[in-house]
Amino acid sequence: MGLTTRSAAAVQAARLHRGMAAQWRELGELVIQAILFFAAMVSVFTTIGIVAVLVVEAIPFFYQVSLIEFLTDPQWTPLFAQKHFGILPLVTGTFLTSAIALALAIPVGLLSAVYLSEYAPARVRAILKPALEILAGIPTVVYGYFALLFVTPLLKRVVPNLETFNALSAGLTMGVMIIPLVSSLSEDALYAVPSSLREAAYALGATRLEVVVRVMIPAALSGIVASFILAGSRAIGETMIVAIAAGQRPILTLDPRRAIETMTAYIVQVSLGDTPHGTLEFRTIFVVGLVLFLLTLVLNLLAIRIIERYREIYR
Amino acid sequence: MERRRRRELVGKVFEWIALAATLFGLLVLFLLLLDVTRRGLSVLSWAFFTNYPSRFPEQAGIRSALLGTLWVMALTALFSVPLGVAAAIYLEEYAPRNRLTRFIELNINNLAGVPSIVYGLLGLELFVRGMRLERSILAGALTLSLLILPILITASREALRAVPMSLREAAFALGATRWQVIRHQVLPVAFPGILTGMILALSRAIGETAPLITIGALTFIAFDPKSPFDKFTVLPIQIFNWVSRPQAGFHARAAGAILVLLVVLLTMNGLAIYLRHRLQRRYHW
Repeated sequence: MGLTTRSAAAVQAARLHRGMAAQWRELGELVIQAILFFAAMVSVFTTIGIVAVLVVEAIPFFYQVSLIEFLTDPQWTPLFAQKHFGILPLVTGTFLTSAIALALAIPVGLLSAVYLSEYAPARVRAILKPALEILAGIPTVVYGYFALLFVTPLLKRVVPNLETFNALSAGLTMGVMIIPLVSSLSEDALYAVPSSLREAAYALGATRLEVVVRVMIPAALSGIVASFILAGSRAIGETMIVAIAAGQRPILTLDPRRAIETMTAYIVQVSLGDTPHGTLEFRTIFVVGLVLFLLTLVLNLLAIRIIERYREIYR
Repeated sequence: MERRRRRELVGKVFEWIALAATLFGLLVLFLLLLDVTRRGLSVLSWAFFTNYPSRFPEQAGIRSALLGTLWVMALTALFSVPLGVAAAIYLEEYAPRNRLTRFIELNINNLAGVPSIVYGLLGLELFVRGMRLERSILAGALTLSLLILPILITASREALRAVPMSLREAAFALGATRWQVIRHQVLPVAFPGILTGMILALSRAIGETAPLITIGALTFIAFDPKSPFDKFTVLPIQIFNWVSRPQAGFHARAAGAILVLLVVLLTMNGLAIYLRHRLQRRYHW
């Protein structure tokens, strides 16, 4: 049956039908797009959720404890009879372990990046790079085990008066964990430098080291700095290594041989205990969490900003 | 010439230092694996897998921890994968280049760097207390889902971006709608990449300890979890619990459990590499 034999009414009906189908399909497309959009918005809701939870729990805390006391009191003893709410010891502990970690991860990570991108033959690189990435995939609780049961006994032989729980071995172990983060991001930055720059320097008679130090690193500096900042953010937020190996004693010290307590370890300590929810003591973990979130937020945004900027230059 | 040779020499020394730095990380990795194996290999027995935790180190096993890990991972995958892939599809295939899109992307980038314990605090208030899920498997899985979402979205976006534009254009030219193009052309081709990203994201979740401690996952569970609403423990928490005890017997148990965890992780990563290799071959253009 050809089209010519169909009545005008049948043609009209077919057209209408096709139009309706197209309309339904369009509606379906819109529904799907709305669902997908909602899925993408979940990350925004998550951020809002984090901020809301931390702020809602922190506000009642600051009704009872003044901001001045919180920021300047040199003692942190919310779980004792004699309560003090000065966050300084926790912040000092966090910065101490993070500084030790960065002191190890930054030079070692940057040197690894330089070796992998400028020196290593392709075959060696193909083995070393994924092998190094394994370090980043090991669960942090395993590093905690390693810090407490391997690194600390080892360091005790060398470092006098090292306590069983100490900032030094937790920091060093954390540093090893962060090496791949520094090395892979720095390597990306070195990789993004146009090779014409490198070749020009070689043509002027520079040695490899001179090319690296005077041309490649300065040209990739923003990306390298971003990797350091992200490493710092990771170190500040790292929890299990310090909870296991650095101790639970919030004292205001910069002596890496002593037991300290970081912000993250404090949250773990309270979570494991039987402090009732809704009390001032329990609220402290949300206040500490808020400080932790804000610190890492600033560092993350700074690093994201730097990375976006340097990408634009060499695109 | 003398100066040139000195410059070359300094360069050579630097190369050795850089190589040493690269090998340092691998040396530590080797020592870690050696220590775990030395301490933990002897506790691996059938009973270690079938026993519940115990006050006596020689009777303590990982049965409930292993089952808990399986439960939590299955539910985490169920929640996070559809959500992550959907978000990635929106951002890669639909999103207009505007402020809102950039804000979403900024959120994802930042969330990837938020400390995992902060997710634990969110999970505690939102899922454990807000939705009254108590300290259940479900609450744990939801918390971990939010945690790995940024990783999943980033990996899925990369897989989608790798699909050639010509494929989409050809389908559009034949009159396919946007969703038809995605459903029938883009997703099948991007599938191996998405699958790899999914396995890698889950292998991050499987080792997470801190957020689950914060939502109150118990450490002493002497029963098999039967439903998503049961209390639970997972391997990393069991390891943390054993490491934190003073007895060497428990340290050996911790090392044994670490061995199990590392083997699971290694299998997952190996599977990801294998699948990517295997599935990618089917498409040639």
